[in-house]
Amino acid sequence: MARTLAEKVWDAHVVRRGTDGVPDLLYIDLHLVHEVTSPQAFDGLRLAGRRVRRPDLTLATEDHNTPTLDIDLPIADPTSRTQIETLRRNAEEFGIRLHSLGDADQGIVHQVGPQLGLTMPGLTVVCGDSHTSTHGAFGALAFGIGTSEVEHVLATQTLPLQPFKTMAITVDGTLPHGATAKDIILAIIAKIGTGGGQGYVLEYRGEAIRSLSMEARMTICNMSIEAGARAGMIAPDETTFAYLKGRPHAPEGADWDAAVEYWQTLRTDDDAVFDAEVVLDAADIEPFVTWGTNPGQGLPLSGRVPNPAEIGDDNQRVAAERALEYMGLTPGTPLRDIAVDTVFIGSCTNGRIEDLRQVAKVFQGRRKADSVRVLVVPSSARVRLQAEAEGLDRIFTDFGAEWRNAGCSMCLGMNPDQLAPGERAASTSNRNFEGRQGKGGRTHLVSPLVAAATAVRGTLSSVGDLGIEDAPDGSPLTTTVSA
Amino acid sequence: MEKFTQHTGVGVPLRRSNVDTDQIIPAVYLKRVTRTGFEDGLFSAWRNDPAFVLNQAPYATGSVLVAGPDFGTGSSREHAVWALKDYGFKAVLSSRFADIFRGNSGKQGLLAAQLAQEDIELIWKILETTPGTEVTVDLVNKQVRCADVTVPLQVDDYTRWRLMEGLDDIGLTLQHEGDIAEFEEHRASWRPRTLPAKHLPKVEVKAARAAGVPVEIGRPLPQN
Ligand code: SF4
Repeated sequence: MARTLAEKVWDAHVVRRGTDGVPDLLYIDLHLVHEVTSPQAFDGLRLAGRRVRRPDLTLATEDHNTPTLDIDLPIADPTSRTQIETLRRNAEEFGIRLHSLGDADQGIVHQVGPQLGLTMPGLTVVCGDSHTSTHGAFGALAFGIGTSEVEHVLATQTLPLQPFKTMAITVDGTLPHGATAKDIILAIIAKIGTGGGQGYVLEYRGEAIRSLSMEARMTICNMSIEAGARAGMIAPDETTFAYLKGRPHAPEGADWDAAVEYWQTLRTDDDAVFDAEVVLDAADIEPFVTWGTNPGQGLPLSGRVPNPAEIGDDNQRVAAERALEYMGLTPGTPLRDIAVDTVFIGSCTNGRIEDLRQVAKVFQGRRKADSVRVLVVPSSARVRLQAEAEGLDRIFTDFGAEWRNAGCSMCLGMNPDQLAPGERAASTSNRNFEGRQGKGGRTHLVSPLVAAATAVRGTLSSVGDLGIEDAPDGSPLTTTVSA
Repeated sequence: MEKFTQHTGVGVPLRRSNVDTDQIIPAVYLKRVTRTGFEDGLFSAWRNDPAFVLNQAPYATGSVLVAGPDFGTGSSREHAVWALKDYGFKAVLSSRFADIFRGNSGKQGLLAAQLAQEDIELIWKILETTPGTEVTVDLVNKQVRCADVTVPLQVDDYTRWRLMEGLDDIGLTLQHEGDIAEFEEHRASWRPRTLPAKHLPKVEVKAARAAGVPVEIGRPLPQN
C-alpha cells in the first residue's frame, strides 16, 4: 500500500501493534535530554528502582539555563545552578553522555544532535522539548514529549503512541531576494494558523524546500510546533547525505552504503494520500515579521499594523486587540517604522553557522544603530568555534554586537539574557508569547537577514532597505547549500 | 504504581468550577528538581485563607476531592497531579475534567472519576452537613458511596484496567520487554549510538565576557 514518509518511519518502529484503543508501542532511536524537563524523570526512575535501558541511545546537553557570559565561573542564579548540577549528577549516576558547559559539543539540544551526526533520516527522535520537530529536517520522525514520557523512554526506550494524521505542505517556485526559510515558515503559520497543524505530522515538499540547505530545513521543521503540529518532516536527499557524511557519528564504509540505500526509500509514494494538503508559491513570500503575541500574528514587512476592528472573527479580533495593547502598537503604523531596543540573533531556529554567515555579510563594514543592543548567540559551542575560525566574531564585535557563548539565551530568558519590561526586540527565535523573552518584553519574530538589517537601521527593516543586493564579497546573501 | 480497586477516605467538597492547573499548583513550584514534596504548593493561593476547605480540621486529612466542573484546565504541567497525590488525595471526582489532566492522572495512579453534576451536588451537601464523612470510591463496581447515597462513576476501560492492575505506563510496557529485546536484535547497524562517544579533536571554548571586558585566555574551564 502506498505510504507517506511519516507512515514509513512509523511502521519501521512498531514494536507492538495496539488494538481496540490501545496505542502502538514505538521504538525510539535517539533520546535527547536537557536540564529542565529531566530531573523528575530521573527521580521517578530512582523511586521505582529502575535503570536507563539504553544509555547508548541517550545524549544530554546543558542549554536552557546556561549563562552566555563567564561560563568558566560558577552559575550565579541558584535555581539554574541546581538544575544543571542535578543533570550532571543524574548523567553520572545513570551512565549518560553529557556535554557540559565548556565542551565544544555543548549547546542547544536541537543543534547538538545534527552536528554530531546523530540525527539521521528514518530515525525516531524524542526530547522533553517541543522544538524536537527540528530533527524532522533529516527525514526523522521527531517530536517533543512530557516528563512522564521522558521517564518512559529512559526506562523502556519505547513510547506508546496514538497515530498522527499527515499533512502535505508544498512550497513551489523560488524565493525572492532577501526572503529566507524563516519567512517561509512564518508565512505558512500565518496561513494555516497556530492550531492549523494540530494532530498532524507536516511534510514540507516542493521545489522551494528541495533547494534549501540543511540549516534552512531545520529552521522550517523547528517551527512546525508553532503551527500546532506535533512534528514536521522533509524527505532526505543528496543535501541531507552531504551534510551527514563525515560527521563524528555518521555511519562509515558498508554501513554508510546500506544507510544511504535505505534512506533513498524514505519518501512519500507517488500515490500516497495525505489527510490534508496546503500549497504556497515561494515567489509570493516576502520578508515576514510578527506584530502580535502568537507566531500566527505575522505579516509581510511591507504591511502595516492591522486594525482589530477590521477582523471579522470575534476570537481573533479580541486576541488582536489584546496583542496590540501588550505590544504597544497603534493600528495602521507601517511595520517598517517600528523601532526596537534589542536585536537577538540565536536560538534553535536561527543560531546556526549559515544564519551567522548571513548576518555577518550584512554587518560587514557597517555599525549598529546607536539605540539598539545586539546579541549574537551561537546555537552550540561548535558553531561558535566555526564562526571564530571564519573571523565572523570580529565582524560582529566591530559592528557593535555582543558575541556570546552558546545556549537558549534570550529565546526564553531562563538565564540572565532577558528583555526588560516594555523593551522591544527583533528576535530570530520562535515564540513571541507575552513575557517569553522577559517579563513585559515585546517580541517581533524575524529572519536573520531582517534581524541584521534592523540592527543597522534601528527599525524593522529588510536587506533591501539597506540597498544590499549581494554581499560585499559578491556571493549571494541567501546561501542554499551547506558549507 | 499501587493497585487501585477501592478507596475509602474523608471527602473534601471543593465548590469551585474551572479549577485550573495554576490554581492547583502555581508556576513558581515548577523550578524544583524533585518529584515528591509538592504538597506544600497544592492550592497555595487559597491555603492562606482560613475559610478554605482544606484549612478546616475535619477536611484536612481528606483523600477524596469532590470538585466542580472543568477541573484541571490550563497548562499541561504534571506537577498538578504530583501535588494532589503528595497531599494524600487518591481520587478526584468532577463532572468534567480537562483532557491532559485526566491523562496525566491516569499515568500517575490518581483516579479522575467522572460523576453527574447532580450527584456531585448531592455528595457536596452530605460532606458539608456532616464534615468528615467518608467517601468510598469503588472502581470494581464503578460506584461512589457516601452515607446512604450510591451513585455511578465513569472512567474509560483502559484507564480502569491499568489502575486496577496497578500498572503505570512503564510497568505496562515492561510486560512486553521480550518484544522490545527482539526488536533491538534486528536494529540496523548504521543506526546511531551515542556511546562510545565519537568526537572531533578537543578544542578550547573561550568564555565570553560582558561588552567592554577583555576576554581572558587560559582561565581553566569548570570540570564536567
Ligand atoms: S532555543 Fe528556545 S525554542 Fe529552542 S530549545 Fe532553547 S528555549 Fe526551546
